[in-house]
Amino acid sequence: MPVSSVNSQIIYDALKDAGVSIISALPETWLVHLVGMADADPEVTLVRLNKEEEGVGISAGAHLAGRKSAMLMQNHGLLTSVNGIVSLAQLYRIPLLMLVSYRGEMGERDPWQTEGGLVTERVLDALGIMYRKMSDPALAARDIRQAQTLAESSLRPVALLLTRELMWEE
Amino acid sequence: MLREDALRAIYPRLKEQIVVTIMGAVAVELYNLGHRPNFFYLEHGMGLASSMGLGLALSLPERPVTVLDGDASLLMNLGTLSTMARYRPPNLTHIIFDNESLLSVGGFPSATTTGTDLAGVARESGIRHVTRADTVEAVEEAYAAAAERPALSVIHSKVEAVGPPSFAMDIGLLENRFEFARHLRGGQP
Repeated sequence: MPVSSVNSQIIYDALKDAGVSIISALPETWLVHLVGMADADPEVTLVRLNKEEEGVGISAGAHLAGRKSAMLMQNHGLLTSVNGIVSLAQLYRIPLLMLVSYRGEMGERDPWQTEGGLVTERVLDALGIMYRKMSDPALAARDIRQAQTLAESSLRPVALLLTRELMWEE
Repeated sequence: MLREDALRAIYPRLKEQIVVTIMGAVAVELYNLGHRPNFFYLEHGMGLASSMGLGLALSLPERPVTVLDGDASLLMNLGTLSTMARYRPPNLTHIIFDNESLLSVGGFPSATTTGTDLAGVARESGIRHVTRADTVEAVEEAYAAAAERPALSVIHSKVEAVGPPSFAMDIGLLENRFEFARHLRGGQP
């Protein structure tokens, strides 16, 4: 599978360096290595979800308890989480570090991913969520560190869009 | 059974727990019994109180956590029962007050009026300790057992579709949130 294990490791190491100890996830092709790393790591609690919106609740509980968390999801998972993001995380000023695989963007071959790609950034803009597209592995650690810093200082959700260039090797 | 009476019966134990409630009548009734810094009232984010409780229980394994949920809220996030069953934190108790109604928005019947059995759903989701408790005494007994049991427990209680005369609570959403976080973090903001 041409999902980049090297870049997944870079992302995972950056999450660890940022102090993340709870990761919620719903499996997605591009996230397969990241989920596997969290599962194998005794220092991290991996919470496998049935629906991405549950992760907003998990992260809210973790934050209020003083633990740092991250959410791994596809952009369609972001779409299905919108109410939780608005009426839990934003209403109650909960920081969320959301790592979102950006399907349906340039180069997408799967027709079923294309509508999600079309609306992802506009939905983030409409929600007032600061985001950055991650495509350069050399900047990945910085991107994650900065996103978490902003989430914690603003007490708001922040999104990192994991692009094809970063996650896929072919 | 009135939910308010059930809450009053278990309040002495709830006082010692980290508690997350759903919005509406449950929140007001607990608040009126006596607010504590270890109580968090999720006034929106419908369905996610149980997910928050799971996040809290996993983050603070030494602290007992209780979620006060309702039928309509739980039906909005049924997958939460499977997720809880998967991780089964021993310090988590999930109480479902089932009034068969979306009471706070005008009393529309929920799907528990037409055959959905939430205790059954919890059990078949893989949760081992599921108790039906439809009287005040039964709730008190079931909650005492859950508090003593080092295992994930669910209590399903049918209650009357009656709520408080007012949903007003003299605590701001963010006031509650920051007070709760400060309490959990041992005084740190």
